[in-house]
Amino acid sequence: MSLSVRLQHELPDMQLDLSFDAPPGVTVLFGRSGSGKTTVVNAVAGLLRPAAGRVAVDGWELFDTEQGLWLPPHRRRLGYIFQEGRLFPHLTVRQNLSYGRWFAPKGARRENPDKVIEMLGIGHMLNRRPAGLSGGEKQRVAIGRALLASPRLILADEPLAALDDARKAEILPYFERLRDEVSVPILYVTHAAAEVARLATSVVALQDGKVVRHGPASDVLADPSVAPAGVRAVGAVLQVKVCEHHADGLTELDAGGARLFLPRIPHQIGEDLRIRIPAQEVILSNKRPEGLSALNMLEGVVDSIRAGEGPGAIVSVKTPAGPILARVTRRSVAALGLEPGCVCFAVIKTVALAPQDVGGRLNAS
Amino acid sequence: MGWLGPAELEALRLSLRVSFWATLVTLPFGIFVAYALARWRFPGRQLLNGLVHLPLILPPVVTGYLLLLTFGIQGPLGKLLAELGIVVAFRWTGAALAAGIMAFPLMVRAIRLSIEAVDPKLEQAGATLGASRLFVFATVTLPMILPGVIAGAILAFAKAMGEFGATITFVSNIPGQTQTLPSAVYAFLQVPGGENAATRLVVVSIIIAMGALLLSEYVGRRAAERVSGS
Repeated sequence: MSLSVRLQHELPDMQLDLSFDAPPGVTVLFGRSGSGKTTVVNAVAGLLRPAAGRVAVDGWELFDTEQGLWLPPHRRRLGYIFQEGRLFPHLTVRQNLSYGRWFAPKGARRENPDKVIEMLGIGHMLNRRPAGLSGGEKQRVAIGRALLASPRLILADEPLAALDDARKAEILPYFERLRDEVSVPILYVTHAAAEVARLATSVVALQDGKVVRHGPASDVLADPSVAPAGVRAVGAVLQVKVCEHHADGLTELDAGGARLFLPRIPHQIGEDLRIRIPAQEVILSNKRPEGLSALNMLEGVVDSIRAGEGPGAIVSVKTPAGPILARVTRRSVAALGLEPGCVCFAVIKTVALAPQDVGGRLNAS
Repeated sequence: MGWLGPAELEALRLSLRVSFWATLVTLPFGIFVAYALARWRFPGRQLLNGLVHLPLILPPVVTGYLLLLTFGIQGPLGKLLAELGIVVAFRWTGAALAAGIMAFPLMVRAIRLSIEAVDPKLEQAGATLGASRLFVFATVTLPMILPGVIAGAILAFAKAMGEFGATITFVSNIPGQTQTLPSAVYAFLQVPGGENAATRLVVVSIIIAMGALLLSEYVGRRAAERVSGS
């Protein structure tokens, strides 16, 4: 399953002109608000008619303006998970879930409702109406409703943006399960780097209606020149394995031979994870630091230094764990005498590694 | 209803029949026009809006006269319908037509308000799940506007029960045929000693009007509770 998108459209404040081909898995459209993400998703869904373009899912065309082909939204076989859920208030959870199922061709009903209900943990609320559900519960039902329509492609437009942090942490694992257990490709819109790091198989970074970067999450998030969500979103994404849960509340991770400690996470020993290390949480030192409270220290070689327009710079350090990014001031770069090829030490405060930056296993990337 | 005389009873029965059919037949048109006005942008939308509201602002006697010119035996539509064997002039069906047209604006206004309150995003959600426009309307929009539709229908029924000016101009005041409740009240007041009969019909009118109002409040509230999901 792959997704091919080419779009041109005039919006009041910008010109949308982009194209990308996405591999199977989760494709994240990443960019700040107003970059055109939602326009792209709505064009794929058929809710917005672009001036020109073509969208195909696995070779099956949803529209092609050159051929004059335009499938109406209800014939596109999509599952759209909206930011605000958009559950039908007059129907029960059970009826909401089966709404899309009525219309799926009999032969295409791949998903087993009982399995989906169990996966999303919504079995106890089937007879309730959406008004009686919490934000997180509503969004789980919305995921189930989209999935049970047996779509060829799932669209998710900032599905977590309306939720608080606790609810986000509750819902994200369901998207990971969707990615790992269901074979439907997902086009996922967000402006949150943490969600990109956890979910993305590939990332399409948008800015002012154009694609500025397209690639694996670790590449796109590490590139401050695109930094779609601002320099604060820059960070390294590392592949790690859970080694040990210590009695003092820390979890030890193996990152390419190096050891990292972070506050206890619920994952099993031996599990493969990806973890995002925000660049602004990393401190650099040109000597091995001593007498420091930070537990995580990685020795490496400076790979590149990119100075931005402001006083800051992003230093990329090659370590055994993978490239680590540090956001420091240009003054510090000069004071430490950092330049490509120098040996340096990257220090990461244990508590700076937030659980929402830790994602479940990922097959690709 | 032993306290009503035969003529009064006849007028009441006729009025109920006229109003029932006037409401039932106009309801689908009312929903359609309300939907078109609320959701579609098309040339002539303001004109349609004006036409729908015309009976509300014109003197009823003018509406009745226009009906007579159009649907009377000599009128263009009247002739056409007569060839199909349908005569509305001076028949109870004509009274229903007049009542329906006079009640139409009220019905459309109530339904249109409820359609405008439905978030189009829910209809979009239905479409992305595979439902055609008609199906989205039947399964999402219609259930959600049900309180408005019921309120509109009951309002139209009450208005039809009270319609007088257009009816008497269009189909006259023939006992047993076109003499509805208000026409009967009017007729009783024209003859000496008719005050008692008129008063009895006035009481009946008040009971029906109040009953309709309470019923619409009750049904509307029940439907709203169901739709909002609480």
